[in-house]
Amino acid sequence: MIAVQELRVRFGQGAGSVQAVDGVSFDVAEGETFGLVGESGCGKSTILRALCGLNPAWTGAVAIAGAPLARPPGRAFFRRVQMVFQDPYASLHPRHTVNTTLMEPLAIHGMDDRDRRVAEVLLQVGLGPAFRYRYPHQLSGGQRQRLAIARALILEPRVLLLDEPTSALDVSVQAEILNLLSDIRAARGLTCLLVSHDLAVIAHLCDRLAVMQHGRIVEQLDVGMLAGGRTNTAYGTSLLQASLGYDRRLARAGIEEGPI
Amino acid sequence: MSDTAQLLVDDLHVRFRTPQKLVHAVRGVSFTVGREKVGIVGESGSGKSTVGRAILKLTPANGTVSAARMRFQDIDLAAASETAMLKVRGRRISMIMQDPRHALDPVMRVGEQIGEALDGRGLSRAERRERVLGMLEAVHIRAPKRVYDLYPHEVSGGMGQRVMIAMMLAPEPDLLIADEPTSALDVTVRMQVLAILDELVSTRGLGLMFISHDLNLVASFCDRVLIMYAGRIVEECRAAALGEAQHPYTRGLLASLPRIGERRARLEVLKRDPAWLEA
Repeated sequence: MIAVQELRVRFGQGAGSVQAVDGVSFDVAEGETFGLVGESGCGKSTILRALCGLNPAWTGAVAIAGAPLARPPGRAFFRRVQMVFQDPYASLHPRHTVNTTLMEPLAIHGMDDRDRRVAEVLLQVGLGPAFRYRYPHQLSGGQRQRLAIARALILEPRVLLLDEPTSALDVSVQAEILNLLSDIRAARGLTCLLVSHDLAVIAHLCDRLAVMQHGRIVEQLDVGMLAGGRTNTAYGTSLLQASLGYDRRLARAGIEEGPI
Repeated sequence: MSDTAQLLVDDLHVRFRTPQKLVHAVRGVSFTVGREKVGIVGESGSGKSTVGRAILKLTPANGTVSAARMRFQDIDLAAASETAMLKVRGRRISMIMQDPRHALDPVMRVGEQIGEALDGRGLSRAERRERVLGMLEAVHIRAPKRVYDLYPHEVSGGMGQRVMIAMMLAPEPDLLIADEPTSALDVTVRMQVLAILDELVSTRGLGLMFISHDLNLVASFCDRVLIMYAGRIVEECRAAALGEAQHPYTRGLLASLPRIGERRARLEVLKRDPAWLEA
């Protein structure tokens, strides 16, 4: 469903440039959820932004749903691929009501039966009809993220790109959103690409994952291997151990500073 | 541990006046901190940071703090004047903030900033520099002389947090209040910073109040955990025994966490009981 070959993204030019993504390849099968995990600056979000057309400066070959990714992607692309961003406070228009937010993509894509579609998607993400004419500031963080998911779903995409969809939320709200994402994925047979720094979230939602460092994929593994602690690289292992909680012995061993 | 209590807080209340209403943010919180690592865990808005600030009397002007007793060693914090607090803040009780990028002065070299914490001690320039370099070594910075001359934008997040810890420890306080000290850091860097805090607590006999939203982290790092909900402490337990916590809120939080190696089709969703507000 998603095929990425030798994807490279470079920011800036000349000596001060940064190779943010350095030859990344992976495939995501239809109906599969694939995770990209890594620490800040490893290039995981940059990949997502390239895949959804927000950053045209990439090289390599990307095909989504069988069609090569064009620059700019074009309207048909966004019917198939939608994105949910990290911060629901920044990704929603503060002066658009829930209704306006959801009607806009329908209008752009000339879809019919708009009223019914808005009502349905609101129910599906667990926001009742009472929320339809509210503004984002009248919603909690979790409700905003539900709205952001509704906005992505309303075009009935086949692929969902998720950039840290729960990292701005409290754990109890995170659980609600993660459940919502699993339900929607099952109901619609969506293919998902999930970017997160939180290995536990990736382990919960994904079938397979890639561990990234310095713009490269250092290893790909399935979630069973992750759960069994069967990582294949030193970096993958240290990331897993650090994610399991504080361990005095391990932490002391790793106390020496990294690069400044 | 509480027999050597350094900090004693009894029935602490913090109220904020807002144009709309009076917000009772902290409602009768009591606890002690000895020479140990005490975690305060709660979700956003539970009042955990407000407690940390109230101890140092850093509550914003629209807030009022009251407590039956609030003592630190021989100092009555509840009654202390602003002048008296100047001798407490930084010297006896220090605070580490979440994000070093916001808490460090961007136009001052790192070493000089740490040195500022040693002002008023009659140290010569050379002595002060030595002390600062010693502090940088204590937080495991490999090239202290080089880092001394860097500006905050030239250091990474983890390094910045080490610098802040060094600054807070320079005056040799007895209690450290760390408000989400590692939340802005990557997991592997987080472990390094925690290891440094852990080491300093055990070698210098510090008390550490560790404010965090991360239940897993606190359970594995601290000695004791206080769980806050809506301005109250709903449960207190040994960190190692957090898995046996009794309060439905604590149990609900634990159940809502996704865990590596324990795959569930659905996560449990916290059902909030209005009774928790009073329990």
